[in-house]
Amino acid sequence: MSTLKVDQVSKLYRAASRGGGLTPALRQVSFELRQGEVISLIGESGSGKTTLGKVILRLVRPTSGTVTFDGADIAEYSPGGLRDYYRHVQGVFQDPFSSYNPIYRADRVFEMVREVYFRGVPRKEWNGKIEAALDAVALNPGDVLGKYPHQLSGGQQQRLLIARALLLDVKVLVADEIISMLDASTRVDVLNLLVKLKRAGLAVLFITHDLSLGNYVSDRTVILRHGAIVEMGETEKVFGNPQHDYTKMLLSAVPELHKKWQHTPLGPVAVSGNGRVAAADTIESIPNGRGVTALAHASLVEQLTHERPVVKRERRVFSGVFHGPRAASGSSAVALSLEPPALREFEPGHLVAETE
Amino acid sequence: MSVSVENLSVAYRSRRGDVTAVDNVSFALADGEIMGLAGESGSGKSTLGNALIYLDARMRQTGGKVTLDGRELPIADPKSMRPRRMTEVSLVPQYAMSALPPTRKIGKLTGDLLTSHRVPNQAEVLTEMRRRIELIGLREDVLGKYPFELSGGMRQRVTIILSTLLNPSLLVADEVTSALDVSTQRAVGEMLLEFRDRGYVKSVIAITHDLSILAQIADSITIMYAGRLAEKASTSTIVGNPLHPYTQALIASLPAVGVRYDQTMLTGIPGRPPSLANPPAGCRFRDRCPFAFDKCQQTPPFEEVKPGHYVACWKVSQEEQAG
Repeated sequence: MSTLKVDQVSKLYRAASRGGGLTPALRQVSFELRQGEVISLIGESGSGKTTLGKVILRLVRPTSGTVTFDGADIAEYSPGGLRDYYRHVQGVFQDPFSSYNPIYRADRVFEMVREVYFRGVPRKEWNGKIEAALDAVALNPGDVLGKYPHQLSGGQQQRLLIARALLLDVKVLVADEIISMLDASTRVDVLNLLVKLKRAGLAVLFITHDLSLGNYVSDRTVILRHGAIVEMGETEKVFGNPQHDYTKMLLSAVPELHKKWQHTPLGPVAVSGNGRVAAADTIESIPNGRGVTALAHASLVEQLTHERPVVKRERRVFSGVFHGPRAASGSSAVALSLEPPALREFEPGHLVAETE
Repeated sequence: MSVSVENLSVAYRSRRGDVTAVDNVSFALADGEIMGLAGESGSGKSTLGNALIYLDARMRQTGGKVTLDGRELPIADPKSMRPRRMTEVSLVPQYAMSALPPTRKIGKLTGDLLTSHRVPNQAEVLTEMRRRIELIGLREDVLGKYPFELSGGMRQRVTIILSTLLNPSLLVADEVTSALDVSTQRAVGEMLLEFRDRGYVKSVIAITHDLSILAQIADSITIMYAGRLAEKASTSTIVGNPLHPYTQALIASLPAVGVRYDQTMLTGIPGRPPSLANPPAGCRFRDRCPFAFDKCQQTPPFEEVKPGHYVACWKVSQEEQAG
């Protein structure tokens, strides 16, 4: 039984401008991904979700913290060990069109796997393996083999990449926004494929910003904001009974087919110069209690979520693990502590962070 | 009728002959209507939207006509279209986030735009722009910023303000919410509603592949498939009681919050849309349709089966006739 364990992983990026401030992309993120489990990792742009996927795939080295696979720290693999690691842990990314070299046929991705991992396998046996993998992702070999990438649809390309991962003895799949570029009619097929593979024992980290898709496939949900976990637990509990204000806000903004947003028309001088409004128009309030209309609310939320979080001049501090809040903020940056908000157990299998 | 499109066809020139991306399309928009235009990639929805504003060199109008507020819109004639863009018709292009020139501050860019459109009272327009910027919750200082200093959602909203600055009658918004996070999506969606309510735009065609966004903001939804219209009706009808098999399948393939694979297994639509270079005769959804029968070899008419509800499907027409 294989387990991928992310333990206290932090990643700081050094900003080239703004006086060499540091941008924390991940702040002490910990969770475990077990066999046969789909975890959806949900966050808006800049939340660090893609960085976490890259850390797990060892494409980015964390500033501190470890990722262990079956008890072994992935940072310490020898080149041979790393090759074995990639036999078990694979990634599929958002844009299928940029995962292929347009000059070569699409099935070259299979050939490259063979060159690295299956040199001794006879051609006939290898072709059998490819057919089995294509069958698992519901592709007809005649439709895709020998074709160039531009001859395949986005859904076919994405499924071909999953088939490539299946050729290996893959146990963990990092799926980073794999369906956001697909049409609605093919999205569900790829989602159902993940469900099928999960039932066969595959562990999937499903990275997405789309809450309804995350909700559909996952057993557990991790919600990231500014690189820290704000809420995590069994999907039914997190979505059915969200506790953190940020989760609630995300859920309230999801467009649903059969339920309309509450749109409150703005008054004649609804917004003053700084974008804030009087409390009389309050329909929703965000954590710090400022009253806002829906539109101003959205822009405040945007301010909270999209402005660059920067910790200034902290370069000397993180030689060890971070201790204590050391936040300082630039003029347009959100003040942020390197220490993530503490998680408490709201109910069994459902953790919620303190308000930051 | 604010906008009326009759039998419009638009083709792309290619070396192997014309590819008709918009095939004999007719619809009308009332004043104040936000019409959602949805379909898969390659369905011709962007081509249709763009054709109303700007036909680029590859595109050619091969039939039909467009009327805006009682006057014909000469979409095939760039010279006479030029003065009507921005004042009467306006477009928020797909990838609007990268539509802003990177070396121009927003304020400067606005000035350039107004000058090139020969707007006389620029100072007044700029004051109005400031008012609108504040209205939607941005700060006035965005005028002094470069596009890269703004987040994606802010850029998207600035682009919409620019496109609607001269209060056009028709705004075509192409995938304005697609690359955004949910919270920003909502802000942009509500901004479109607010601008319509305030009369900054008279009517809007919102093009997207995301039906759930349209369910939030659109008054009516038109579904396009392989260059033709499949169904048009009020938003509540399309979402709650669609008649065309394609619309039904699309709606059924959308996961709602709270739906999980172990309770409800959703299904996609097998197959792909036909190539428009050499489309099959008859109904173009035929090969993917679970209800296809002999008559589908002929092209179904896009007809009104109930008041305000248009469908192009033989099965639906027959059932409606039978009562």
